[in-house]
Amino acid sequence: MADLRDLYQEVILEHSKQPRNYRELGDANHKAEGYNPLCGDHFTVYLKLAGEKIQDVSFQGSGCAISKASASMMTQSVKGKTMAEAEKIFRQFHGLVTGAEHNGSQEELGKLAVFSGVSEFPVRVKCATLAWHTLHAALEGKQEAVSTE
Amino acid sequence: MTTAPNTYTDLRPSGPAPTDAGYDVRRVRRDFPILAQKIHGKPLVYLDNAATTQKPQQVLDAIARYYSEDNANVHRGVHLLSERATEAYERARTIAQNFLNAARPEEIIFVRGTTEAINLVAQTYGRRNLAAGDEIIITAMEHHSNIVPWQMLCEEKGARLRVVPINDRGELQLEEYEKLLGPKTKLVAMGHVSNALGTINPVRRIIELAHQQGVPVLVDGAQAAPRMKVDVRELDADFYAFSGHKIYGPTGIGVLYGKASLLEAMPPYQGGGDMISSVTFEKTLYNKLPHKFEAGTPHMEGAIGLGAALDYVNRLGMENITAHEQDVLAYATEKVAALPGVRLIGTARQKTGVLSFVLEPIHPHDIGTILDQEGIAIRTGHHCAQPVMLRFGVPATARASFGLYNTREDVDALVRGLNRVREVFA
Repeated sequence: MADLRDLYQEVILEHSKQPRNYRELGDANHKAEGYNPLCGDHFTVYLKLAGEKIQDVSFQGSGCAISKASASMMTQSVKGKTMAEAEKIFRQFHGLVTGAEHNGSQEELGKLAVFSGVSEFPVRVKCATLAWHTLHAALEGKQEAVSTE
Repeated sequence: MTTAPNTYTDLRPSGPAPTDAGYDVRRVRRDFPILAQKIHGKPLVYLDNAATTQKPQQVLDAIARYYSEDNANVHRGVHLLSERATEAYERARTIAQNFLNAARPEEIIFVRGTTEAINLVAQTYGRRNLAAGDEIIITAMEHHSNIVPWQMLCEEKGARLRVVPINDRGELQLEEYEKLLGPKTKLVAMGHVSNALGTINPVRRIIELAHQQGVPVLVDGAQAAPRMKVDVRELDADFYAFSGHKIYGPTGIGVLYGKASLLEAMPPYQGGGDMISSVTFEKTLYNKLPHKFEAGTPHMEGAIGLGAALDYVNRLGMENITAHEQDVLAYATEKVAALPGVRLIGTARQKTGVLSFVLEPIHPHDIGTILDQEGIAIRTGHHCAQPVMLRFGVPATARASFGLYNTREDVDALVRGLNRVREVFA
């Protein structure tokens, strides 16, 4: 049986209550919006790219504890990384929360490993990945809002 | 001589129906095998009845008996099985007719559900009768299924959708409705009960006002039919739609009631078998009502299951069901509203069945996951009524909705679950 505490770890609850980098980025040169129509989650991710490097990143919006904490911790983990590094972390994170990548490398994840409990709650995978899909769209410079549906 | 077709609805494994003297919810619950199970190790508390209801054994048995003993295609075979299947299917129509107190069985069209019923009217009555500049009136509390078909029609015709606003309790602003009604109005389409708020709309008055202007009214009865007595003649409704799966019957079947005079004048919805009386490559003559609107082999199992569900509801007595659900709703409203941080969404003076709320600052989706771990099934999200969410300034709500088998103990479990939610987020 899945344990609630595996999902709602202290660090996740803490980030959901006090999200980091929660602001509009005035000098952003990329941004994207993401929706989860199922639960009404809606985030905007702002990026300031300098060449290949993510110089600054922030987000705003509303959502459940999982989606908000995921967005908050994502901004911390990709800040200062290259675009390719950020995409690699996303792939590993996606493997972690879907439970698809038990043997794969997850060494880049660091603190993001607290989201491993999400894999026991399949309907919450979309919550955990919404900000990441939005980041991906922002990196690609897509103009259309991404949706998890 | 033909053998009389089976009666699908006379099985009551759990004994006789409760008498008028009292509504025995314990015995009622025994009719629903799904309720006996555990979810995540806890007894199931099913509070998502506005989304879909569970099915009593009587409905399951009716479907199994139909397939075990009588299955054949309807309306065309000369053989006995086809005759039995046809009789069973048409008997279900008569049960639905009596349930709505319609004047004639052919005013009952079997459709997939409320959504298809509304689309049928939009695509037949609507396309024939609307022109550029005309208006359709809906309300701010409609389910998407009573918004989008009219938007599509308006887009095609250059017509305009007008929306009656609601107040902070989630009640219709009738005076605004009266202002919107006018010479351009060609149709009013309105929910009888709001799925997101539980508001019971004064449809009788709404219809009366529309008829004074010669405007027909479609009533979306998806949430009302399972919870209160509906009499289409007393309401003088022109169209009335409901879904089988929300009234303890199968999915994929529903009813569109229409006044015969309107249905007769409408073009068919879909073409195919059963809806014709003769076909040549030069000219096809359409079948009479109700078959004109039922192209193709119908959902026979569904209709028979729906008939069994309506028989079941009739046997319990709609007045008893309404009184029971009102008691559970009143108890739930008091208990849930007393919890710190709770804000009820939808506090109409006339409401039924639905308790929508937010528990600030916790997101409804988190509430839903934690309650599920306690065995409690509720709905979280926008309930296919995004304009309602916008009206109340919330992205989503948590919604507990009650059925004829829910108890005050279910409400107590919900309250314990919500306290658990508050602990996790403390």
